[in-house]
Order: sequence, then C-alpha cells, then structure tokens
Amino acid sequence: MIARFPDRRFAGRVARHAILILTAAFALLPFVWMVSLSLKPPEEIFQADFRLWPTVFHGVENYRVALTAAPMFRFLLNGLLVCAAIFALQLLVCIPCAYALAKLHFRGRDTLFSAVLVGLLLPPQALAIPHFVLLNVFGLLDTYAALILPWVISTFGIFLLRQFFRSIPDEVIHAARLDGLGEFEIIWRIMIPMTAPALAAFGIFSVVAHWNDLFWPLIAVRREEISTPALGILLFRDDEAGQFLGPLMAGAMIIVAPLLLAFLLAQRRFIDGLAVTTMK
Amino acid sequence: MTALDQDFPRGAAAKAGLANRSGEHRLGWLAVSPALLLLIGLLFGPVAAVVLFSLTDWQLGSFTFHFIGTANFRTLFTDPTFWKALGNTLVYAAIVVPGTVLLGLVVALLIEASPGLRGFYRAAHFLPVMSTMSAMAIVWGTMLHPTIGLANRALGAMGISGVNWLRDERTALLALAVIGIWQGFGFAMVLFVSGLKAVPQQLYDAAAVDGADGVLDRLRIVTLPMLGPVTMFVVILTAKRSFEVFDSVRVLTQGGPNYASEVLLHRLYTESFDFLHMGYGAALTVIYLAIIVLLTLTQARLLERRVHYS
Amino acid sequence: MAEIELRHIEKAYGETAVVKGVSLSIRDGEFLTLVGPSGCGKSTLLRIIAGLEAQDSGEVVVGGRCVDDKRPKERDVAMVFQSYALYPHLSVFDNLALPLRTRRLSFAQRLPFVGRALPGRGSLEKAIRAEVEQAACMLDIAHLLHRKPGQLSGGQRQRVALGRAMVRHPAVFLMDEPLSNLDARLRVQMRAEIIALHRRLGVTFVYVTHDQAEAMTMSDRVAVMMAGELLQVGRPERLYRDPQDLRVAEMIGSPKINVVSRAHWISLGASLPPGIHGNTTHLAFRPEAVGIAASGDGRLNGVVASVENLGSDIFLNVALGDGRGTVVVRTHPDASRSEPGRPVGLQIDPACLLQFDGAGTRLRQTEQAEAAA
Repeated sequence: MIARFPDRRFAGRVARHAILILTAAFALLPFVWMVSLSLKPPEEIFQADFRLWPTVFHGVENYRVALTAAPMFRFLLNGLLVCAAIFALQLLVCIPCAYALAKLHFRGRDTLFSAVLVGLLLPPQALAIPHFVLLNVFGLLDTYAALILPWVISTFGIFLLRQFFRSIPDEVIHAARLDGLGEFEIIWRIMIPMTAPALAAFGIFSVVAHWNDLFWPLIAVRREEISTPALGILLFRDDEAGQFLGPLMAGAMIIVAPLLLAFLLAQRRFIDGLAVTTMK
Repeated sequence: MTALDQDFPRGAAAKAGLANRSGEHRLGWLAVSPALLLLIGLLFGPVAAVVLFSLTDWQLGSFTFHFIGTANFRTLFTDPTFWKALGNTLVYAAIVVPGTVLLGLVVALLIEASPGLRGFYRAAHFLPVMSTMSAMAIVWGTMLHPTIGLANRALGAMGISGVNWLRDERTALLALAVIGIWQGFGFAMVLFVSGLKAVPQQLYDAAAVDGADGVLDRLRIVTLPMLGPVTMFVVILTAKRSFEVFDSVRVLTQGGPNYASEVLLHRLYTESFDFLHMGYGAALTVIYLAIIVLLTLTQARLLERRVHYS
Repeated sequence: MAEIELRHIEKAYGETAVVKGVSLSIRDGEFLTLVGPSGCGKSTLLRIIAGLEAQDSGEVVVGGRCVDDKRPKERDVAMVFQSYALYPHLSVFDNLALPLRTRRLSFAQRLPFVGRALPGRGSLEKAIRAEVEQAACMLDIAHLLHRKPGQLSGGQRQRVALGRAMVRHPAVFLMDEPLSNLDARLRVQMRAEIIALHRRLGVTFVYVTHDQAEAMTMSDRVAVMMAGELLQVGRPERLYRDPQDLRVAEMIGSPKINVVSRAHWISLGASLPPGIHGNTTHLAFRPEAVGIAASGDGRLNGVVASVENLGSDIFLNVALGDGRGTVVVRTHPDASRSEPGRPVGLQIDPACLLQFDGAGTRLRQTEQAEAAA
C-alpha cells in the first residue's frame, strides 16, 4: 500500500486491532473463564458481583480435589498411551502400503487405491455399531484394545503418505537399489526422512483427533481407569465431586492444557499440519 | 536382514534392479497385505455389516436373525424424533455454516490486512479448534448457567434478563450453534488466510491503476472472486462437520429438553448404545452415511476444481 | 502534456538502497526503455512513476505537475504487467471495461445488481461498450470479448492487457517486462506490434526490460540502470558507439564488447595504441572494429580458438597470446585465416577504441590520437 496517507492508515490499523481483539476475546473467553473459576472458592463463584481474579486464592484446593477425586493424570496418561499406540500402529500399517501404492507395480494396485479413496469417504461414526459388535464378539470391549484397534487402519494416512511418496523422484529409488539397498532400507533410510513433514502433519492430525475424541471412547469403554481425556472429564462432571464448579473447572483445565501447550510451542506445525491435511 | 530383504539379496538387487516382475508383485502384495486385511475387516466389512443389520431384526446377543426388509427404515421414517433430529441438525448447520464462514473470512481478511500481531491473533483464534470439545463444552455449560454464568451476568449488567440457555426449548439449539461457531471459525480463518496468500499482488496493482483502490472495490474486484473456490470448500467442510456434531450435545443437553436439541449423530448413539435398538440404529447409520458421503464427494470435487482454477 | 520528470528519486527497502538518486527526463510521446539486469531497480522506478510505491525522497513530475500526492488512478498512467494481471473471473470485455466503469460510474451504479437499475447507467454503459469494442478491434481481439482469460493463449492475453491499458487513453503507458513470458517467436512479433501501437497512439511509453536487444530495437531512447543508479540515457546508437561507462558498454551489444585491461595488454608484450590516457585501465573495442591479419602483423596476437558461423557473419573467438582472455572478432564468411588453431594478428581500428579508467568512466581520446586517426 502507498505510504502516503498516514492518518487514514493509522485509523485503519486501529480499527483492525479493535475488531480483532473482539473476536480474539470471543475465542479466548471460555479459557479465561475456566482458569478464573478454577482458582475461586465456592462462595466467590456464586457471588453476586463478578471479578476475574479471585479475592481468595483457592486454586490449590480446587486442583487438589480434581486430581484426587478423579484420576486426572490417569486420564492424561491413557490419552498419551492410546494416541501413541494408534499413531505407531497406523504408521506401521500405512507406510508399507503407501510405499507400495506409490512406487511398486503389482496387479490390483490401482483397484486397491480406488478402494482407499472410497474408504476416505466413510465417516468413522458410521462404523461404530459393527466395531462395537466385533469387539464384543472377541471380548475386547472395555479394554485399551477397544480404544486402539478400530483406528489402526487410516485411509487418510495411506492417501496422504502415498501422495508424498509419489513426489519423491523414481531416480532416487533406482539409485538406492543400484547401491544395493533392500526395499525395507529404502523405506527406512530414504522415504521416511524425505517425507518427514508429511509424517509430522499426519501425526498431529491423528493425535489431536484421538485425544479429543468422545464418541468412540464413550461407546467402547466403561471403566474409569482406562478412560481417555475427553471421556474422563465427562465422568468427573457426572461424578459427585464434579458438582463443585471450582474443581470441575480445574479438571477441565488439566485435560485441555497438554494439547494447548503443545500447540503454543509449535504453532506453525499444528496449523500447517491441520490445514494442509485438510486440503489434500 | 528382514523378510523383505530376503526377496532381494543385495547382489541380485544390484544386477537385476527390480526388473523381476513377479518379485515386485510379491513384494507389493506383502507390503499392502496388513492394510488390505484391515481395510476389509475394519472398514468395508463393517459397512456391509451395517447395511445388513439395517435390513434384519438382529439384536445384540442373539444368534439368529431374519431379513425384515425395509421394516427398520419404515420405523425410522415414521418416528417423529428422527425427523426432529434431522430437522434440528439442518437448522444447526444453517446457523453454524454461515456464522463460521463469515466470521472466519472477516478475521482472515483483517489478519492479512496488516502485519501487526499476526502471530498472536492467529494463535488466539485457533485455540478453540485444538481444544477438547468435551471439556470446553463443560466450561461453556458453566458460562451459560442461568444465574452465575457469564452470559446472563453480562446481560443482567445491561438490564436484560437472561434465559436458561441450555434448558429452554427455544434456545438450546441456538446455544449449541454458538458453541459450534466458536470452535470452528478459527479453522475457517486458517483456510481463508492460505487462500488470501495465494492472490497475486500484481492483481491488486492492476486494480489500483485501473482505479479500484478502495477497500470495498478491492474486495469486490480481486479478493472475493479469487477466494471463491476456497469459500466453497470451507462451506462444504463446515457443513460436514456440522452434521457430525455430537460432543457438545452429549455433554450439555443430551438432546433435550424434549428433543429440542436432538441431532442425528446423538440420536444414533442413544438408540444404538443406550437402548441397544441395533436395527433402528443401523438404519439411522445408513442415512447418516449417505449424507456424509454426499458431502465428502462434493468436497472432493471442489478441491479438484480449486487445484485447476485459473 | 505528458513529459515525465524524475528528480533525485531514492528508494530503499530496509537497509538495501534499491534506487539511488535517479534523475531522468522523459519527453512527451517518446518511447523510452529502462534496461538493466535483474535487481537494478528499474521495475521499482516504474512502480514509483505509477504511484504503486512511494519514493523515499525526490519528486515525480508529470506534465509539469508534481504527482507525489496522487494515487495511481489519479496519475493518468496505465500499466501492463509482466504477468498481465488480468482478472480471471471476468470476461475479456469486462476486463477492458473495468477501468472505464470504475472511473465513470458512481459507487452506487457499480453495485452488483442494484446498480444496473439506476438511471444514467444505461447510456454510460453504451458509451463504454463502444470504446471497448474500438480498442478490441484495434488489437484484433474483438472476437474474444466473451471469453475468460483462462481460455486465451499467451499472446492473446498480452493483447488484452494492452487493451485494458489503452481504453483509458492515458497520457503515459508503463510496461513492466510484458514480453518476458512469451516464447521467442511470439516475442519478436509482439515487439513489432507494440512499436506500431506506439506510433499510432503517439503517447509516452516507458518500457522496462532486461533484454538489451529489445531495448535497442524498440526505443527512441534507452536508459541503462545498474545497481540502482542511472548510468546513461541516450539514443540506442549513441549508447552503442559512445558509452559513458564500462558497464554500459558491456551491457549493450551482442556479442559483448571486447575488454582488455591495460596491464594485460602490456603483459602480452604488445604496444599500446597512440592516444592512450595515463588513467586508462581498460581498453574496449567491438567485434566489428577488429581486423584479422597475419600473425605478428597486428597489435595483439593470438590463436583462433573457435569459429561461430551464423551464415551472414562469422565470429571468431581468438585466444590471446598468453592464453588468458579471448577476443571476439566479426569477419566475413569469405575471409581467409578463419580456421581454428590458426595463429592470427588482430588489427584494431583506433577510432573505435574506447578507453575507461579505474572507476569505469569513459575517457576521451587525446588530441594526438585524433590527429593520427
């Protein structure tokens, strides 16, 4: 823009900030509220006049209740375990398949890829009933396996990785073969390092989706000990101790914090990962 | 050396490359077999199973079932709560889609207009997208609390008496829609920002020389037309996510009061897993599947077009 | 009317100075080309004239009036961009009509649906239509008016871009490397068309390019820029025969002018021609200013390294005696002594010898040399 009209530019910039602060405030409001309530004693929560910062700091007590009345750390740990297991298994299954679809020639390859594309259309919630029945038949309901197994196949992962693998020139692979590398080594030493950003993006997508998932854990799991974060906070809320808003908000804070902290530390990665994977 | 390597001992690889056709076949099939098995077992098998369930009277735990044709569907279509749920979901989408897209677009335009504080704004607006909806819905629940909640306190300060947002039939769905917009507009913003970055600067220059250098002119002549494909994409994506709404409903209203905020996926959940009406649930799943598949296909078609635009 | 005067224009981006104190006068109706390598600041200067960028200091005067405080649309200039910058969602007709519509229709009349119903719009539209069709006919794109830019070839898009600039009948045409996206054959054809357009319209053209051949063939005057500085302005022949700076001499003309440093000349054991200044550090001469003689008969001696036969001319690459440096010589196809490996002597026409000092500035021949020539 032309540097010529300082007054107009200044007014424009002020207006921009004014509006953006409003919308940002809308976005951040629930977080601020959550933190505020998690630090307040019960009397203040129900007090007539409202203050953001508590006059009596009750935070320690609230968080203590949250951590003891419900196994909050357990929930987080379960989240970590389940998400890591899902992602690791997804990689194990998707990478060879994607590599084969991208770089190898075999009969039925294109049909298989079409099948993957069709699979992309299917929403996971539509498979809930049959997955439930299947796990019931094998007696795996209410176990970690129930939380992990249905997600091991990720058509999205296969698709994304295949696209990235395809972008690696064939000559690199030929050169590797001539150098004597076996297929597994080619995948391990060449394909994976060269598509690290895609793997990171897929990882972020997978972890965020499964950490935040409520639908499937609600169906698959009954016991508190193996509940994942999204389910755990709901159980806490419906529990006796969760009737008290201070500890409840503290609990919510504990559940939400890990992912948000990770996001703030690696913003670019998260945003690019989630946006890019959608576009693809 | 792994099993894969044994097919291609180093020497052979060096000499014959991979001209060994049948070897490549075997290798290819070996590599895809786990995925293939899981695709059948966890994806296509289950889809077929759901369609099958919807046409039988099979109940969980029983060992026999009979084909009853479209009886389940007839039950579904004559059930008023199904239509209520479908209607509510459409209303929800009708509120959330424009709200999310417009808000996301406005924020994206403003963020890209100047360099100041971009990183902060981007992060702040994206935070809701990342957060666990289950937990944040609980937080929203307290914010919408009739007496101590922020909403009614703020309205009270302005002299307006607030309602019990989540327990009032007239406002429950609306409240959920606001929460839906809250969670989604940051994502829409990110997509719009990437679309804005793709608009060539020379187009703005040409417009300036041609006489269109006011804000509204630039929007009308350059920005909005160039954002057309992205906008369509965001609309369809938001619509799809609207149809998949579940967490906030389950946590806050459980579809009530009196089915005022009942939505498709929640209906599916309660019928299938609270009441174990598997046949009904399966029929509902088939309907749900059809809708989502349609939206996803449209999304894919639009994405293709976007890549080939101009 | 449309003379442009640039007075001490300076522009920097952060620490980097992109335009360093450029002063230039462009006459009304002339075709002036700004030529220079990438990054020399010529495009920036053009954008400053257009008003798309503001200079840090200095003035831009058009038609006798300072336009520094005027926005681009108020400056009565039109611009053709390197990428053409056509509006992809509008038809060719709408692309051409847009500048006229934004100027003549009020804001209300331009509103998408409502505007059409407003009074006065009908007659304005008719006038606009007539002008668009006239410009389209002149550029031979009348049959494309209903198409969108995405459906046109590169050359056709180029013409639409020209048309969009033309419809406004501006006082000045600014062109930022408009031909660089075209293939070679099309480029030559478009060059001729642009020259013809200039002659027909009689309007001031300011043209930017990195291709010196383009600059030389199209312009009334050429302005050579390098590293943000204006080195020389003048008619093409003047720049060719009488460059004021070594960099100008090296930029203009193909093949490149031969440059031999004084030290190198002496180290070859050759005697300097008469009339060489004491300050001269480099001697330069064009390929056509060199004659081939028998070995030992010329000022410089060397061996023919390679021969480029272009049909009408032959260019010999002669490696100088010590192997450091090559001189390009233009000869006739019939000339003898033009096989590789042949030792030859180089006779340089003293009248065509150019001298440059350590700073690259051109030094005139001394009176002695003029007397001897």
